[in-house]
Amino acid sequence: MRNNIDIEMDLFYTMLRIRKVEEAIADRYKEQKMRTPVHLSIGQESVAAVVGRQLYHEDYCVSTHRAHAHYLAKGGSLQAMISEIYGKVTGCCRGRGGSMHLIDTAVGFMGSTAIVGNTIPIGVGLGLSLKLAGHGKVSCIFLGDGAVEEGVFYESLNIAVLKKLPVLFVCENNRYSVYSPFSKRQPAERKIYEIAKAMGATIYHGDGYDVLASHDVARCAIASIREGGGPCFLEFETYRWREHCGPNYDNDLGYRTENEFLSWKARDPLEVFRVYLVGKCRVSKQVIKKMEEDVDQEIEVAFELAETAPFPKPIEAVTGEYKSTEANLNCSTYKGELTT
Amino acid sequence: MMQNMTYGAAINTAMHMAMELDPNVLCFGLGVDDPKHIFGTTAGLQEKFGEQRVFDMPTSENAITGVGIGASLAGYRPVMTHQRLDFFLLAMDQLVNAAAKWYYMFGGQVSVPIVIRLIIGRGWGQGPTHSQNLQAWFSHIPGLKVVMPASPADAKGLLLESIFDDNPVLFLEHRWLHDSEGLVPSGDYRVPIGKARIVREGEDITLVSMSYMTIEAIRAASYLEKQGISCEIIDLRTVKPIDWNAIFASVHKTKKLIVLDTGVTTGSIAGEIIARICMECFSILTRPPVRIALPDNPEPMSFGLTKHYYPSNESIVRGITSMLSVDHDLSVTVESPVLHDVPGDWFKGPF
Repeated sequence: MRNNIDIEMDLFYTMLRIRKVEEAIADRYKEQKMRTPVHLSIGQESVAAVVGRQLYHEDYCVSTHRAHAHYLAKGGSLQAMISEIYGKVTGCCRGRGGSMHLIDTAVGFMGSTAIVGNTIPIGVGLGLSLKLAGHGKVSCIFLGDGAVEEGVFYESLNIAVLKKLPVLFVCENNRYSVYSPFSKRQPAERKIYEIAKAMGATIYHGDGYDVLASHDVARCAIASIREGGGPCFLEFETYRWREHCGPNYDNDLGYRTENEFLSWKARDPLEVFRVYLVGKCRVSKQVIKKMEEDVDQEIEVAFELAETAPFPKPIEAVTGEYKSTEANLNCSTYKGELTT
Repeated sequence: MMQNMTYGAAINTAMHMAMELDPNVLCFGLGVDDPKHIFGTTAGLQEKFGEQRVFDMPTSENAITGVGIGASLAGYRPVMTHQRLDFFLLAMDQLVNAAAKWYYMFGGQVSVPIVIRLIIGRGWGQGPTHSQNLQAWFSHIPGLKVVMPASPADAKGLLLESIFDDNPVLFLEHRWLHDSEGLVPSGDYRVPIGKARIVREGEDITLVSMSYMTIEAIRAASYLEKQGISCEIIDLRTVKPIDWNAIFASVHKTKKLIVLDTGVTTGSIAGEIIARICMECFSILTRPPVRIALPDNPEPMSFGLTKHYYPSNESIVRGITSMLSVDHDLSVTVESPVLHDVPGDWFKGPF
């Protein structure tokens, strides 16, 4: 297995980087400079890391309101993401999207949006484009367990299966839609992956906290899609550690127990993997320490750039409705004084 | 070169032309390859351009809209069809939260060049959920363009322009127009989005119309011409963005305005036009402007109930003569169909 060490180090690095980015956002959130809702991925880094490891920049990816991990794992620019959360002109949406709307077309991350299930058919459409082009590429759709309750999920999965599109559905089941547990939203014994199976997708179901097993699943699924095997649906059990939206912990609200949280935290894939790398794989602690320092440094720079970058000019709020200057001029009803 | 053809055939011609011009143009939606071919508008496309580019889809309005958006993000130009606008209401999330937002929300990096063909209508028992004219809804959403051609030539020219526009365009076809005939320029004929057409020049009053109401406006104006009243008709062709300059110029000339709308009154395009004209041309107007639109209730089904429901050329004539304080004999009507709920006496239903 020694020749896998590069992959394993890579998975660890991706998880570590996401964790540190999210913690940095949480730590600085109280400064009131990131004036936008954030849905942090802390606790859910592993699924993004294993799937991202198997995707190329030429593959497409779309995601949800909780997109930081997916964006970073797909190769999205950290600086552009942090700047976006700060609402700066250097942000990935020039300050028009915020944390829930991330995009980096250079690496095939085609957009995340805030409405549950909204990007699912869009990911299927990207898959349609790949099938028409016929190059063995994949369109990856990240969704949560809540999205399975949206009608568009069924419509989209049906189309992907019907047309045998190269689409990977990755369902991160973190058990809660905001504060509503799965048990209040679906009948007892309901399994999401069984729904997908009944609809004709190739399915896998697993523990998202088992990094190596999840990585194997992602590798097999994506390889099968590239070979024309049609859509795969992966459901990973995972857990969000912080509050639904914001930087804090929210177990005090009573919608879930502290014990449930602690049982997941005790299996923290990042720490388990660190022990695995240092112990079983004999990676030196110095190597890991250096990796941590590099990530800290990169994050520091990203925040520094975000803080010092200018806001977009106010006129940008009321321009750019359409892709075409002429149409914008004809259509604008703005009568204010924003001229620069 | 001009060719006489129906509005439906003009749409079909535009589809063939667009798919020939650009291999990235796709055509899909429920029934595009069925034996009726969306009232003939998609006939021959699959035979010519193949099942990869022209294909049927499941009855999943929301998802297929998202599929179109996704394909457009990857460089395709999908043209989607829905056999009635009302079915498309299931796709509002994809239209409003995705298609309309993508370009602006993601900082102007990627746009969504899709065309969504929607069929609107009225009459012959289509009733509350098969005839809605929701152009004002769509126009309310920043990022969308909304076109409503009235003539076969405009149907062709605007569809081609819509397909090659880089933004999401809603293309509203009135079911009463599909069989109407007119001269259509051959070749790659384009009509710019956002430019109205002066259908008829006049001096006494400005009629602003859209889609099927342009036909009724022409009937009313022809009738009134014999009474010595000269109407200027501006067919909007595009209701978002509106060609304000054309309306301003005409109102400056006639100083009187009636706006005809195929939708219901409250929150209508007609209301929007009158609001802006009142704000910007108030001192020019010599009479309060009037809007002629549908009543604020769902469209009924029955032949009996629809008798006085739709604005007709008679309502327009009444509106104009009342505004001009002119007496006239309403018993003399123009070349309208005998029955109120069909586009022509030849029509034997169903739509």
